[in-house]
Amino acid sequence: MRKMKYIEERFFRVLMFLSTCLIVLVLFLIVFSVLYKGLPALSWEMISQVPKGGFYFGKEGGILNAIVGSLYLSVGATFLAFVIGLPVALFMNVYLVKHKKLLNTIRFFLDLLWGVPSIVYGAFGFAIMLFFGLRTSLLAGIITVSLFIIPIIIRGMDEVFKSVPRGLLESSLSLGSTRSETSYRVFFKQGIAGVITALLLSFGRAIGDAASILFTTGFTDHMPSGLSQPVATLPLSIFFQLSSPIPEVQDRAYASAAVLVFIVLIISLLSRMFSNVYHKNKIQF
Amino acid sequence: MNNTKITVKNLDLMIGKHHILKDINTSIPEKKITVIMGPSGCGKTTLLKSFNRLTDLYPEVRLNGQIMIDGKDVLHTREDITKIRKKMGLLAQRPYPLPMNIYNNIAYGLRISGRKRKVWLSKRVEFYLKQVSLWEEVKDRLKEPAARLSIGQQQRLCLARGLAVEPEIILADEPTSSLDPISSQAIEEKFIELKQRYSIVLVTHILRQAKRIADHVIFMYLGRIVEQGPAEEIFNNPKKEITMSYLKGKFY
Repeated sequence: MRKMKYIEERFFRVLMFLSTCLIVLVLFLIVFSVLYKGLPALSWEMISQVPKGGFYFGKEGGILNAIVGSLYLSVGATFLAFVIGLPVALFMNVYLVKHKKLLNTIRFFLDLLWGVPSIVYGAFGFAIMLFFGLRTSLLAGIITVSLFIIPIIIRGMDEVFKSVPRGLLESSLSLGSTRSETSYRVFFKQGIAGVITALLLSFGRAIGDAASILFTTGFTDHMPSGLSQPVATLPLSIFFQLSSPIPEVQDRAYASAAVLVFIVLIISLLSRMFSNVYHKNKIQF
Repeated sequence: MNNTKITVKNLDLMIGKHHILKDINTSIPEKKITVIMGPSGCGKTTLLKSFNRLTDLYPEVRLNGQIMIDGKDVLHTREDITKIRKKMGLLAQRPYPLPMNIYNNIAYGLRISGRKRKVWLSKRVEFYLKQVSLWEEVKDRLKEPAARLSIGQQQRLCLARGLAVEPEIILADEPTSSLDPISSQAIEEKFIELKQRYSIVLVTHILRQAKRIADHVIFMYLGRIVEQGPAEEIFNNPKKEITMSYLKGKFY
């Protein structure tokens, strides 16, 4: 009997160890292959210039337009989603605490929205653009991408605020604070580290997604020049370069992918630092 | 008897199909320590939380009856609930300091009621920290997060924070249950000092604590009030069988 238990424990330990290794290995392989193919093609020219004539046939130029465009697009969309999502997440956890069934329904629908493929959001954004007679533009892209990441950001923050203990809510209310004071002065402060993680998660989704911006943002070889103009984005830039038959251009696609990975990495590191600064006030329960 | 601070009339509380509080009728005297005791799950905490309507936060709670504070019914009122809650400081089973520094934990309640002048705030913070004998321990580290204090210090901070909004009543829900004996004693001594100015309602299942500090006792069992009255009377000659066996430590 004891021996069975020992074997069981052993088996699951090995299993967990192996699956952890597998995940790390896959992650490593992805990053490695991108860097291996991309780094040789990555040059200062590549990240400091816009495409010149014949860039997609292997001639001179770079992807600065796509880097800047992607940053504008995802920062804009994340900001918009945050401004809309934060009040929703706070409302759910400070105002609606009594209504468990309603909350579960809201969470269910948000999870459903989270699961909808981004191309559907792209098509939806496109339909709205047609309805209003808009052209492909940065603004249309920002709106579409923010629609796509709003469920992610809300559920991310919702999980954070859900873990704020009931006692803290009760304490704050007992001091005579209104629910909105409790939301922004207590819940937000207690959850700020998690809120930043949620922001980061949605920023990562926003900057890496190609399908939702395919029809809405368009593409251009110029630097972004305004909200109503089309902008280039990294995912689409990678897509166009990778679909070229010329090997040199394909390598540049990997270089662009490497740039995308670096941006996400830098943003992660920055937000980690930022959240550590605010983490110190959090009460551990 | 003295003046009554809280009067409860025919209070029933249901959570879904469970009848938690059954026909509660009681009155809580002003400027005394009233101890609500009874075995776990008898509804002590629920009764306490219905006083400042924290029961509003729980799903499927239905309340019937009246809770009068200073003669005003708080269950059926159009008055702002935050004003009613401000009258009652809450001390929970374990300390829940706010996620901010020590100074702001006290200043928070003052700021939300519109007091913003820095000099005045600092004076008040010092005053209330002295009230709970915490000032000497924290005066050099007011800007540190409250989370760094020990549990006992946090509980005293929570008491000071509650006092700072100038309540008339202190609701304490087993406030010493997560504390070490010395911190518990500090809280008990504070309560005895504070009863000159505040009406204190203390929920506890520590019989010895009740005997040490109670002026008035409410004994609850299975959602009903079994017996209530002045402390000596209940402890020395309980009238009901259940009270007697509880006091002898026959069940918890």
